[in-house]
Amino acid sequence: MEHIGKEYFGNRVLADVNLTLQRGEILGLVGENGAGKTTLMKILFGMPVIKETGGYEGKMYLDGKEVNFDSPFDALDGGIGMVHQEFSLIPGFSTTENIMLNREFTCYSPLVELFGERLQTLNRPAMRQRAAKAIDTLGVRVDPDMLIQEMPVGHRQFTEIAREIDRESTKLLVLDEPTAVLTESEAAILVKALRKLADSGIAIIFISHRLQEILDLCDKILVLRDGMVIKEAPTKGTEIRQIASWMVGRTVEDKKQDDAVRVCLEPILRVDHLWVDMPGETVRDVSFDVCRGEIFGIGGLAGQGKLGIANGIMGLFAAGGAVTWKGKALKLNDPHGALEAGMAFVSEDRRGVGLLLDEPIDWNIAFTAMQVQGRCLKSLLGGLIQWRDDVAMASLAQEYIDALGIKCVSSRQRAVELSGGNQQKVCLAKAFAVGPELLFVAEPTRGIDVGAKKLVLDTIRETNRHKGTTVVMISSELEELRSICDRIAIVDEGRLAGMLSATASVEDFGLLMLGAGKGPEVAAGVR
Amino acid sequence: MKKIRAFIEAAGLPRVIIGGFLVLLFAVAPLAQISVARSVSDTLVRMAMNGVMVLALVPMVQSGCGLNFGLPLGIIAGLLGALLSIELDITGFAGLFFAMGVSLPFAAIFGYGYGLILNKVKGDEMMIATYVGFSSVSLMCIAWQLLPFTSPIMIWGYGGSGLRVTVSVSEHWLHVLSDFLSFQIGNFYFPTGMFLFLAFMCFLVWGFFRTKIGTAMTAVGSNPEFARASGIDVDKMRTISVVLSTMLGAIGIVVYQQSFGFLQLYTGPFYMAFPAVAALLLGGASVNKATLFNVIVGTFLYQGICTMTPSVINSLLQTDMSEMIRLIVSNGMIIYALTRKVQVKR
Repeated sequence: MEHIGKEYFGNRVLADVNLTLQRGEILGLVGENGAGKTTLMKILFGMPVIKETGGYEGKMYLDGKEVNFDSPFDALDGGIGMVHQEFSLIPGFSTTENIMLNREFTCYSPLVELFGERLQTLNRPAMRQRAAKAIDTLGVRVDPDMLIQEMPVGHRQFTEIAREIDRESTKLLVLDEPTAVLTESEAAILVKALRKLADSGIAIIFISHRLQEILDLCDKILVLRDGMVIKEAPTKGTEIRQIASWMVGRTVEDKKQDDAVRVCLEPILRVDHLWVDMPGETVRDVSFDVCRGEIFGIGGLAGQGKLGIANGIMGLFAAGGAVTWKGKALKLNDPHGALEAGMAFVSEDRRGVGLLLDEPIDWNIAFTAMQVQGRCLKSLLGGLIQWRDDVAMASLAQEYIDALGIKCVSSRQRAVELSGGNQQKVCLAKAFAVGPELLFVAEPTRGIDVGAKKLVLDTIRETNRHKGTTVVMISSELEELRSICDRIAIVDEGRLAGMLSATASVEDFGLLMLGAGKGPEVAAGVR
Repeated sequence: MKKIRAFIEAAGLPRVIIGGFLVLLFAVAPLAQISVARSVSDTLVRMAMNGVMVLALVPMVQSGCGLNFGLPLGIIAGLLGALLSIELDITGFAGLFFAMGVSLPFAAIFGYGYGLILNKVKGDEMMIATYVGFSSVSLMCIAWQLLPFTSPIMIWGYGGSGLRVTVSVSEHWLHVLSDFLSFQIGNFYFPTGMFLFLAFMCFLVWGFFRTKIGTAMTAVGSNPEFARASGIDVDKMRTISVVLSTMLGAIGIVVYQQSFGFLQLYTGPFYMAFPAVAALLLGGASVNKATLFNVIVGTFLYQGICTMTPSVINSLLQTDMSEMIRLIVSNGMIIYALTRKVQVKR
């Protein structure tokens, strides 16, 4: 691949990526979330989303010939197999059926004469044999007749890989975080199997966050950051610590504006053994204190549970454990209670949870304040009727439109018509309008451009400094957290991996994020 | 051309087509020896008759429960109220308001249960609502036979038990609302009372959606996740909207009956929901947003077609096309609305 570049809606996610792979070579692709790994693989695999969003730049060569896949089918024909992060298996089918799907062996039956090829019967013994062979290649034991839905996740992953290698033409196999769902021993088997495959001449691109595996398995490693190749190096002689710093380490230019040491006065929020059942962001056991008046950062890789913490405390997903707010126990699973207690939440899911897309801006900003605190309401008939005060709503909205510089036609404009950055400001305004003592901000800069990012961060900082609002900020972007927070907790696999001051070195953060900071006894406990 | 296109976009294609068709019907009416004044008057009467039932759909649409295909539930509550009023032999306005008043608690109870069901089937409300409506009608077919009503007006002449299929209200409160302050100019009759009543109901609904709770309901319909994150009890709001819809349905049918002259029991309420739904959609509402403007415009257009096609088309073509056109328009409109995603601008 030469000079690959890609823009999503004017947002550059990949720039000038070069990559060469020999037959039988294994390449480890690493990078933070959003570094462009998945996009790169999508381009390689000809995913329709790439074409729909304006195609890509650069050229790809396979066996010396230039290729340009229009669809995943073309890519499959071209000899590229892909194992996705999410399973693409049919739960109600057996292993064999899944592996052989659409490549079944068939037998002749008289019905073919009448209705054509589609009515050939399946040659199940032959299929079973073939599937068993593919599984054997991997060196694992998976029952070829077991239904996918009854399998442990590890076996599903093997089934998926078996399906890809069963194709005779496969020359290049892409595995997108195949070990994320596997246990250590299963991962070890997989690594061995992949090694075997590579020896038979198949090139492999291996994406993983577990750096140790990458070092064990790969011949060379490519580090992506912000859509650019940061480092290409042979694995021999490389250390985990080095990779971690390549991944996260960017030069820190803007030091905090006020470097005055801020002392923790008293804990305003205490979280004890919190668990949250949020799909994809499960929190298992988290305990921490937030001090009054600080900006507390929560970081970590996607899917490790950092978002679950805020959603759980705000009552949006089922949660348990103990949360103490200003010395009193906070009732969990009660969004109204949390808001009433003086907390507010800017959701990471801006369009799904954060906004009423079809309603005007003033509704979006004033709604929560109205419902929770009874603002923008007029009492009629001695309080019997709570009448909505449109004038008050508009003026409240206008106040924040001016304060945050929300670009819009008027406060009556519908939220869906705003750009991402302005929508995010509306979300912030909604939270500010409640006048919270504690503000949770989840991924405040996701999907907005650099200028808007700075504005959003400045606004958060301002609120903290001038209004004394305690802020808990959750973000995948470590640099962002380091630039604004006082202390940063890193969450890994639903547990707190560690807590560092914002001035700690980048490598330390990187190690915590990748789970390498855990002591051996903790690692054993997780598995 | 651009202006025309902009107009069509603003008004919505179906409204333009049906509106044009209606104008055409009025234009050719004189050719078929039909009085235009009379036709307009008929259209208005039917519009006022059906208006409250169309209005009854609005709360559920606004709260995100979809179109209330379970309207027969409210209608049954209204029928119960009307029957009790006749049974107790209360006449005039007293009888009418007694019927409405008694039907409301029934409607509230039915609506509450109906709301609980709909909260369990989020995402499939409309299909489940259809079945709730149908099955309640069937259940009531048994009830109409067994309920111990005794008024000779409404029980079968033979046997002496069980309610008739249609019960006349002519001796009690026929046209009491229609004729209130009504006037007649030549062939043109205007049912002032019904329109005042419709306006009053519209005012109540408008007012409701401007209260705190009404605002919360709109937000639930617009984005339930947002509402929940703002501390709103989504299920409670949905239940309230269903209760409200059912209660309005009950009042709607009583208004309808006093103008129509009969209570239609047994399978009468079966298909009552469809014309109301079609009218609302014709008015430009979508599955999750409806305004009072949609209600008024939609009811006028739909009832206009229903009034004009039998007289005009039949006398011009000498065939009974009206029923077919009515079915194509009403069911076609529902299908159209369910397939499209964007709503018209106002």
